[in-house]
Amino acid sequence: MTASQIPLLEVEGLTKSFFGVRAVSEVGFGISAGRLLGVVGENGAGKSTLMNMLGGVVPPDAGTMVVSGRPYAPRRPKDAKEAGIAFIHQELNLFTNLSIAENLFIDAYPRLGGLPFIHRADLRRRAKRALGAIGLNVPVTTRVEALAPGERQLVEIAKAVNAEARLIIFDEPTTSLTHRETERLFTLLETLKGEGTAIIYISHILADVLRLADEVMVLRDGALVERGPRPTFDTRRLISLMVGRDLAQLYPPPAAPQDAAVEPVLETEGLTQPGTIQDISFRLHRGETLGVFGLMGSGRSELARILFGLDRYRTGRLTLRGQPVDHLTPQEAIARGVAFVTENRREEGLLMDASITENMSLVTLHEDARGSLGVIQQRDLEGRVACLGGELRLKAPDYAHPVRTLSGGNQQKVVLGKWLAAKPDVLIIDEPTRGIDVGAKYEVYNLVRELAARGTGVLFISSELEELIGMCDRLLVMQNGEIVGEFGSPFDREAILAAAFREAV
Amino acid sequence: MRETNRRGILRDRFVLGVLRSSPFILFALLLLTFGLLSPRFLQPSTLLLILNQASYIGILAVGMTLVLLTAGIDLSVGSIMYLAATVAGLLLQRDLPIAAALAACLATGALYGAVNAFFITRFNVIPFVVTLATLIAGRGLGLAITRSEGLTLPNSLFTLSSLRPFGVPIAVYVFAGVVLLATLFLQLTPLGRHIYAIGNDPDAAEKAGLNRKRTIVAVYVVSGVCAALAAFVSISQLGIVNPSFGEGEELDAVAAAVLGGTSLFGGVGSVFPGTVLGTLLIQMVQSGLVFARVDIFIQPLVQALVILVAVLIDSARNGLLARLRRRTIRKTVSVPGGD
Repeated sequence: MTASQIPLLEVEGLTKSFFGVRAVSEVGFGISAGRLLGVVGENGAGKSTLMNMLGGVVPPDAGTMVVSGRPYAPRRPKDAKEAGIAFIHQELNLFTNLSIAENLFIDAYPRLGGLPFIHRADLRRRAKRALGAIGLNVPVTTRVEALAPGERQLVEIAKAVNAEARLIIFDEPTTSLTHRETERLFTLLETLKGEGTAIIYISHILADVLRLADEVMVLRDGALVERGPRPTFDTRRLISLMVGRDLAQLYPPPAAPQDAAVEPVLETEGLTQPGTIQDISFRLHRGETLGVFGLMGSGRSELARILFGLDRYRTGRLTLRGQPVDHLTPQEAIARGVAFVTENRREEGLLMDASITENMSLVTLHEDARGSLGVIQQRDLEGRVACLGGELRLKAPDYAHPVRTLSGGNQQKVVLGKWLAAKPDVLIIDEPTRGIDVGAKYEVYNLVRELAARGTGVLFISSELEELIGMCDRLLVMQNGEIVGEFGSPFDREAILAAAFREAV
Repeated sequence: MRETNRRGILRDRFVLGVLRSSPFILFALLLLTFGLLSPRFLQPSTLLLILNQASYIGILAVGMTLVLLTAGIDLSVGSIMYLAATVAGLLLQRDLPIAAALAACLATGALYGAVNAFFITRFNVIPFVVTLATLIAGRGLGLAITRSEGLTLPNSLFTLSSLRPFGVPIAVYVFAGVVLLATLFLQLTPLGRHIYAIGNDPDAAEKAGLNRKRTIVAVYVVSGVCAALAAFVSISQLGIVNPSFGEGEELDAVAAAVLGGTSLFGGVGSVFPGTVLGTLLIQMVQSGLVFARVDIFIQPLVQALVILVAVLIDSARNGLLARLRRRTIRKTVSVPGGD
């Protein structure tokens, strides 16, 4: 245990401002070899900025860092690497068009003697050894694009291990992993710890942090609010420290009790697409929030895509607002009052480089086009977007800024705002709170409640059972592309989980 | 029922295999068509002629492929050809040795490529705009030097170009040499692999500590040198530098690279077999149409059609790939009968 008492990294008074706004304010902490430090905080609390300073991505304005007793002032990511600090970003840093082996050694290819050529055999041999060390059993010549998200993450970890990193920073590593892949990652983290690697683990999933961490650190508004050994924290305490107040309720109360007699806005009968979904029949009523629960790969997202006209279905019937439809396209779905918030907001839900205004007005653009020429009335449009932004409590310095500059929670609000403006009758939301913090989650829930109160039927897809139970009137459980159960309030957690997990073919 | 599904998968695999090798199949089909239209077309001498004529476009297209791999484009190569040819022509007219003229020609290309790279990396202007400007500037500079007069070249150069070691024109050796060097560079050197990485994800490349600017400079300089070499090969065959020399060649170079499977979005493509095949396809269509005595005014339409077909095949391939990659959730698939 003595070895673990020597701090590997010590940070003091670290401060960073952007455009005069303090992002990180005098943060100090230390981490020893073989320990795992969990870092939690809302989006915008300064976690990313703090880690970027450690990783040499941005230079600090003030403060000192010491690695193994030596001063450490990285100016580039390369400096961090040389000091033995590896940073595994939320969006992985892999080149999908290259092989695993090439990715592992992209900045340090083994050379053929003194020649400028790559020693291919040596490259393969060393890559194989690196994958063996973390237990990934895939040929090293496989291109990264052919790998599953979990395997890609393992490649990234292999890269860190291979570079002999003594400290590995993980930023939200589980967002795109399946349950099994997550377990595999956690086992690997334990192994790494056992080998003396220090780990900084950032996550919004508080249960994971509490399970893995030796020590926990809470950030709020750029400052360190609490730091201590894991046993002194529980979920409730973490949340109140992060938010700075007690969140009496995690979910806003529903507007009014549901009337079962109201008309269905979306109805399916025997919807089937070979290979993805089978015999899907359900009704979604006006003002109802209907949850869809299932494990990753149970067909939830595929169902959502079909209902929005993004993918086709072979047989079955689909009725929207009482009218039967066939050959649904996304344009037609929108025209019939369907809105869809996808699970990949970065790739599918937003134009990342376009401004907030442009993104929010995208769906309703035709309404702002006036006169016989159909010219867009820019001023009206901006007014409307500003109004919407206020409603959403969107935190952005300027609506002309690209969406890329926003935090995850605020990006999700822009996606929701886009559809809010269209006043949909059916809202399909797929994993709307993935990777966003507690405060922003609450605001997303509020928006869902508000839409439901205005008469929108909400189809709420999620892999977090707690949030479905908190938000939904009814719950469907999917498994192997089929609906295997329907549950009403009060919900029976065990029965729902049993249905979702039942025999995995 | 399960049988039906498996047959479906096998059929998809087969279609994909066909689409993957589409440049080869297209190549074979065209060769066969032109051969049937004009039996003389299939004679070795004709094929060597096509190869000879394709050489300079091929050299140009190799440079273009490197640029396209970084998700850039070099529109100025036609103007570089003119400028480099002018420099070479003026020196040759003053009776300098061919080697000196060639060196000056290549240096001109390298310098011009460096100018492109300077504006792209230093001021972060997109390559399309930078090279569009240098396309106009290069032509203007060349015309200012020559006063838009043609340069007639000495016979010594023409003699060199008519050398045929082992019965194969010397230009073909030069083309093959360029392809070999470029392939070694792309596949086997760290810088070559970095080109692929940067084209795939420039942000990730930056974070991985790769030197993006240096790589960009390298590809534009190489593209400039390739253009100059292509110019030298071409003028040695023509014996003259006209004021319109090199005009529009940039589009043939891009077409050859893209026909060979190089993506305009970066990160995907190869010099061999990709760009080589694309170049041969283009030249074969051009020569084949002449051999088949197709109306000279119809020829561009047929060329456009071939390019369109190749691009359509490419898009069909990508569509099918995406469909095959979509995960299948239900392990047992039943196909309804009344469909």
